[in-house]
Amino acid sequence: MDSAGLLQIALYLVILTALTPVLGGYMARVFGAGPAPLDRVLGPVERGLYRLCGVDPAREQHWTHYAASLLAFNLLGLLALYGLLRLQHGLPLNPADMSAVAPDLAFNTAVSFTTNTNWQAYSGEAALGYLVQMTGLTVQNFVSAATGIAVLVALIRGFARRGTRTVGNFWVDLVRGTLYLLLPLSIVLALFLVWQGVPQNFDAYVTAQTLEGGQQVIAQGPAASQIAIKQIGSNGGGFFGVNSAHPYENPTPATNLVEMLFLLALAAGLTDTFGRMVGDRRQGWAIFAAMGVMLVIGIGVATWAESATNPALIAAGVDGLGGNMEGKEVRFGVANSALWAVATTAASNGSVNAMHDSFMPLGGMVPMVNMMLGEVVFGGVGAGLYGMMIFVLLAVFIAGLMVGRTPEYLGKKIEAKEIKLAMIAALTVPFGVLGLSALTLVVPAAAASIQDAGPHGLSEVLYAYASGTGNNGSAFGGFGANTPFHNTALAVAMLFGRFLVILPVLAIAGTLAAKKTLPASAGTFPTHGPLFVGLLIGVVLIVGGLTFFPALSLGPIVEHLLMTQGISFTGAPQ
Amino acid sequence: MLKELKPALMMLVVLTIITGALYPLAVSGLAWALFPTQAHGSLVTRDGEVVGSTLIAQGFTEPGHFQPRPSAADYKAEASGASNYGPTSGPLIDQVKARIDALRAANPDAAARGPIPVELVTASGSGLDPHLSPGAALWQAPRIAAARGIPEAQLRTLVSSLTEGRTLGLFGEPRVNVLALNLALDALPAVVPDGAEPPGT
Repeated sequence: MDSAGLLQIALYLVILTALTPVLGGYMARVFGAGPAPLDRVLGPVERGLYRLCGVDPAREQHWTHYAASLLAFNLLGLLALYGLLRLQHGLPLNPADMSAVAPDLAFNTAVSFTTNTNWQAYSGEAALGYLVQMTGLTVQNFVSAATGIAVLVALIRGFARRGTRTVGNFWVDLVRGTLYLLLPLSIVLALFLVWQGVPQNFDAYVTAQTLEGGQQVIAQGPAASQIAIKQIGSNGGGFFGVNSAHPYENPTPATNLVEMLFLLALAAGLTDTFGRMVGDRRQGWAIFAAMGVMLVIGIGVATWAESATNPALIAAGVDGLGGNMEGKEVRFGVANSALWAVATTAASNGSVNAMHDSFMPLGGMVPMVNMMLGEVVFGGVGAGLYGMMIFVLLAVFIAGLMVGRTPEYLGKKIEAKEIKLAMIAALTVPFGVLGLSALTLVVPAAAASIQDAGPHGLSEVLYAYASGTGNNGSAFGGFGANTPFHNTALAVAMLFGRFLVILPVLAIAGTLAAKKTLPASAGTFPTHGPLFVGLLIGVVLIVGGLTFFPALSLGPIVEHLLMTQGISFTGAPQ
Repeated sequence: MLKELKPALMMLVVLTIITGALYPLAVSGLAWALFPTQAHGSLVTRDGEVVGSTLIAQGFTEPGHFQPRPSAADYKAEASGASNYGPTSGPLIDQVKARIDALRAANPDAAARGPIPVELVTASGSGLDPHLSPGAALWQAPRIAAARGIPEAQLRTLVSSLTEGRTLGLFGEPRVNVLALNLALDALPAVVPDGAEPPGT
């Protein structure tokens, strides 16, 4: 790794850290009590919206009611998107005449975008019309992100409140997240992207007469408006097939930096929002620190791996100084591609600016591990921090067992009920990843989707189901995911990974809100210091990660060893 | 949950109008007013005809043109794509070897110049990577100089004049746009060396 690359990575981390209190403070004002900064402009719109929808914003909800509102809204969103995808051939704004999306693919895509996964078993410019991209996908990009933030805010209220039955109002959290947070940021980012070269039009695909006398058809569309929110809302679904590797989606190093910052900016900011809302900002920074340490380790491993050139290519006569450039773009180079890969899987974003399938074995393992840990290294907007809170509860529980005291966190007693609920959420990931990967490997029709022979084929399967269950959406793209089996199984993985975490988290929010808050005493385990940060990292790596070690050994680790021996695999995958 | 369906439906309709229609239309309006060229795809015209986009690679095979990075999508800008081959993939290694052979055949002194820049034999992430590093562009200079009958020094000047550095001196990688290079080459007055065909015939 050259010094220019290291400098870029260091600057990225500095800017991300500097943005955290700014965004964190803003979000605390949007979701806390009291007026928000844009109230004067957006207040009337917000109130009009509640009146139109028959929602009383002052009416707080019990957690079960909050969950019912959330599920109803997401269910209708899923059905509406499915309908748009199935009917797109009859809809306007479809200059490339895209036909209806097949039922299994439409179901997979509808689930994918409502669960904030944005797994794409299709290629945007070759499958979808402009109207569906806008009114179907862009909408879910916004509201699935706002849903994730809403769940987190409800959980934070559970910690912050005492002796109440309610955790907030889902409709208010949904609307405020969309109007005050996601929409203004998206407008600014979208215009920045257009300035740098991202298209925003409703033109027909352009046919160019190339310099050597050929023809080139160039896809167009309202890309910038969708790309802005896919980065901000940790969605990640590309307008074009190759996502942010596409020069229309990410044309310059400047767009790359800004898109990469927004991969993590809101999720990082929410740690500070959490600290502010529970009245002790050190608690937020402690969690930021634990996430930051894991992020830096991941970046280190991935950049080191990608800086190497494939030994088999060097043997064939390729310059060994260039790094692993298969599937990467020149304007980003190795450093920005590795950094993006780690950031996008730390977040549950899943947009890519280089092809993870062509990463070196250990370079591709880092994104996989990030997803297997449950995407708690900053993670998705809202989803990352509420996922991390599951590990926080487990960490204080383990600490409590070690000293023989009832565990407490932020003055709340953590009891058997919370730990049971936390375990449901924690077990969802291994169930989805390992269970469904195993199923794929024993069903011949499902295993036929594997592209590469040898251990890399196993990595493709593990990556797909880690991505689906983790609601990430990035892929080892060689895996032929667009089959009825995988469209269905991945949809199941995405639904489990989303709602089997959201429901326990909301239940925890409800039980915590009802508890009284105990004053800290000399025996209270402090949760804002380095000891707790270290314990939390340990719990994430051991509880979250160890389950996957055998599978990783058979995939990327053994592939790395074989690659260094110059071994390659030809023929059908076994 | 049934009681929730009415507000859910209304919310979905209203938020669809706001985020799915008003938002993209507002961004489009502003984009067309402020950045019309970029909003419509940064298209390049020559003599009134669209010849490509500055952001999108197109295929070049003639010896007198700079060749872009290999494309797993065959430079189809309506179907971007990558090889997605893993590092121990036999097909990947065969493909790279074939590209090395082709480059060595087309650049007669290539074998003498040592290892080949990795980006010239590996497929890009999008299949539409419009750039080369200055080094990979210069590596092709002897072939182009011979085909066009121009001195290599002139190509070196051209490459360095079109090279974009890191943004703010910090971000991204130095690079040069292949379409811009070739447009500049085609605009040069034709000089036909002895015994060579002029390019493009």
